[in-house]
Formats: sequence, C-alpha cells, structure tokens
Amino acid sequence: MKNRGLTKVDLIFETIDSGKVLSKAFRMSNEEILKEILDSGLRGRGGAGFPTGMKWKFTAAEKDPEKYIVCNADEGEPGTFKDREILDRAAYKVYGGMAIAGKAIGSKKGYIYLRGEYRFLLPQLYMELDKFHKLIKEIGYDFNIEYRMGSGAYICGEESALFESIEGFRGEPRNKPPYPTTSGVFNKPTSINNVETLVTAMMIIDKGAAEYIKLGTKDSRGSKVFSVSGDTPNPGIFELELGMTVKQFVDEFGDGDTKAVQVGGASGFCVPRKKFEDTIIGFEGVPTGGSMKLFNSSRSMYNVLHNYLDFFTEESCGQCTPCRVGCQQLLKGIERVKKGEEKSLYLHELLKLADTMKIASKCGLGQSVGNAFKSIVENFREEIIY
Amino acid sequence: MMYNTGNLVKELAERHGRKRDSLMPILQEIVCKHNYLTDEVMVDVAKELDISAAEVYGTASFYSFLDTQPRGRYVIRVCKTITCSMKGKNDIISTIEEILKIKVGETTPDNQFSLLETNCIGWCHKAPAILINDMPYTELTPEKVIDVIKGYMH
Repeated sequence: MKNRGLTKVDLIFETIDSGKVLSKAFRMSNEEILKEILDSGLRGRGGAGFPTGMKWKFTAAEKDPEKYIVCNADEGEPGTFKDREILDRAAYKVYGGMAIAGKAIGSKKGYIYLRGEYRFLLPQLYMELDKFHKLIKEIGYDFNIEYRMGSGAYICGEESALFESIEGFRGEPRNKPPYPTTSGVFNKPTSINNVETLVTAMMIIDKGAAEYIKLGTKDSRGSKVFSVSGDTPNPGIFELELGMTVKQFVDEFGDGDTKAVQVGGASGFCVPRKKFEDTIIGFEGVPTGGSMKLFNSSRSMYNVLHNYLDFFTEESCGQCTPCRVGCQQLLKGIERVKKGEEKSLYLHELLKLADTMKIASKCGLGQSVGNAFKSIVENFREEIIY
Repeated sequence: MMYNTGNLVKELAERHGRKRDSLMPILQEIVCKHNYLTDEVMVDVAKELDISAAEVYGTASFYSFLDTQPRGRYVIRVCKTITCSMKGKNDIISTIEEILKIKVGETTPDNQFSLLETNCIGWCHKAPAILINDMPYTELTPEKVIDVIKGYMH
C-alpha cells in the first residue's frame, strides 16, 4: 500500500454555511443521501468504525414510523477530548449532521447524550441549538434535538447502555441482537452516531463523496480528528488524513524519546517503538477513536497498565462476571507479579484470562480490556515483572 | 446533614414530566442545586414518578456524579487517569489536602468542600485537570490550584 504520509486537514472545524448545506440535503432524496454516505466509505469515528452508510440504511429500512437519531457525546475514553472541542467550536455542524441523518432514515427527533463532565458547555450549546431550530424551521423542515446528560459513567458511551441511561435506568448494556437499528432508544429503530461522524457526514453532503474519498486509504477513508497527549511538546487536537504510520505520527508529535504510543485509549492498543514503522493508524492497522498517548522512556509501562486496569475495574458496570471479576483479577494479578508473590509465568494465566474476557464479556468494555493488557504485557514484559 | 428542598421535586416533575425517562434529568438538577441526594429526596422523587424508592436509589447509585452521601457545596474532582497522573496529579491532591485539611473522600467540617478523585474528564492535553462542580480547571500547578480554591472560599 502506498504510504501517504502525514497531512493536516481542515474539514471538521472549517466554517460552512449551514443553511446552504441543509437546503441542499433536503432537496436530495433519502436514497441520494444514503448513497453519498455509502460511497464516501465513512466509518464511525467513535472508535468501533461501523460503516455509517450501512447503519443509516438499516435504520431507514425499518417500518416503524417512530425512529430516533442519537448523537453519542459521552466521550469518556481516556485520552479523547476531540468531541468536546467539536461541540465547543462547531456545534451547529453536529446539529446539521443529525438533521441530515434524520432526513435519510425518516426521523424527526434527535437526542444528544452529553457526558456530565462537559456540563459547563451547556449554556453555549443551547444558544446554538436555538439558532439551529430557527434555521431548520425557516428551511421548512421538521427536526427537533434534545440534550440528555450523563452523570460520570464511562460505560454509557456503549450504545445500549446509553439508551438505558436516556430511558432513566442504570447504564447497563443490553444483549445484542437486537441491534439499535431495529431496537434502540425507547426500543425504537435508532441510528446512534459519534459527534465527529455526524459532522463528517454533513461535510460529505457539502463536498460530495467523490471529493471526500480523495483523502485517506481504501479501508480508512477521509480524515480524522486526533486527541494528542502524554509526552509530547505539542499536545492538543489535530485533524489529519488517515493512512499514516505510527512512525510518521511520532516524528511529528514525539519528544525524541518516545518508546510507546497508546492508540485508541485504555481500550486500544499499545504500539512499541520497534513496531512504529510497520503500524498504520486506521482500520488496516490500529483503529482509534482519536486517542493518541505518547510515552517516553522515563515512564513505567507497569504504571500505565495499572492505571488502565484501575480505570476498568471502576468503570465496569458489574453486570457480567467475566468483566466484573476479570478486571479485578487482572489488576490484582499484575500487582502480585510485581511484588514477587507470583512467578512471572503467572502472566500467561492472566493473558488467558484476558482472552476469556474478550469472548465471554457482554459488551465492548470487557471485550476490549485485553487489547491494552496484551499489547502492554507482550511488548513490555520486563517492565511488568521487575 | 440534610437540606430542605421545599417544592423543588414537584417543580422538577412538572417541568421534566413524570415518566421514567424524566428520572435522570430530575436527579441531575437536584444534585446541581444541592450536590448530593438524601434518602428523603429520593423517596420524594419516587412518589412523584410513582416508582419504587429502590428504583430511584438503584439508578442514582449507578452514577458516580449522582452522590448519595453528603457532599460539600463545592465538590472538587481530581482527574486520576494516566496523563493527569503522569503530569503531577499527586502534587495537586496533596496541595488541596493541605489547604483544606481533608483527605480524598472527605468533606470539610463547614460543608464547603469535598475532595474526590475521578476518571478521565477529557483535558489530557492540558493536564493535570480538576472539576469544581461543573467547572474545569486545567494545566494546574500547586500554586495555581491554591489560587483556584481560594477563589471559592468566602
């Protein structure tokens, strides 16, 4: 595959005439909108990467007259802060993207589930929302958006847990199937999309899929907003074309002493220095919702892993045993190895446990604890033991 | 410790409705005003929504920001996730502990401040960060956090 290098892009934060793009979208047929999004190859920007066009198409195909668009703004993955920035600087595009999605699937109602940690943004978001509701009325379209707030639970970023929370229950994930496209919030067909996905969809309608696919690679079309933090002289939010290697990323953002990059947050993968060159950031390599944490050689990867496991132990909803007990045992396990209470071979047992959690846990939380665990233990075994 | 909510629960039920999905917005608004949920207020909410008080407590206790134990007027939450932890979170905590004379998990005797830790609050690029009620404070140093806390003292 051709290596495309690191290119900065300005799509998400670019100022556009919202009324013009929405008018254009409402003149298009639902099929035309769906085709445009499918052709763009856009995949969900929250981390899981499900093709957005397919999600919309499945929801559009449902017969129920009551359907919902839900914007997932429960950005809780450690190291991710791009959705806050997008809402802060371009909320009107989030609302616009929701209205376009609503048109495509046949929904008149949208919910934005915003994490409680971002409550301070609400006054300004409501001001923007008033403007949006006026604009959409002027254009002659009927679409209403309502905010619902989270209250400090990472698990509510999981789509079915998020629905439970909107409905007023504990944020415990549901069994799948049924998938949200058939039975989502209030058990109605729902398309749930990440903040950035909705903005990107609006930009695709504005610029056209043909223009959009000029960016990125076959598996990872377009650009993406990255949240860069850790040991870097240049932390912050950067929109970059997809398809770069970790090496190119580190050359741009590293401090000259980068030994590992955690791609995709606590539920993502740790890439050690020796693999920087061969690892592509994107769906053909390591996927990410945007979280990029750099660690230099002064950092102990044991401390990093311990912090992540502590995080998961607290944030596991406790509903299913593999995740609830598994997280605790992994945490206790590495502590025992570190203290010398267990031999280093014990790490193999813990790796097996991580595999079991992957296949036996009910939702993405328990299923992805093993990502960070395995990639850190396998690449930094000495640091975990000694 | 208790607080008087007067007609608050009734008002909130009028505004948000009496459906199950009104529960979270009602509880959140009570916490915004009073910082935590008393047993009494949860029973009141249950009556208004015509659901069991156990349902209200069961829901509230799931969410770390819906405290069911007494908290001070200003709840300080210090981010303890990896980047904040790498960039000096411990110094921030010990500084706050020193000026408020309380440990993590405790509330000052005058019920003004509670000190807690929390998971990632989305300010990793400006670590270390804290929340005081809803307001984030970022790129903190021990000196800076003293100024911030003093701003909340009367």
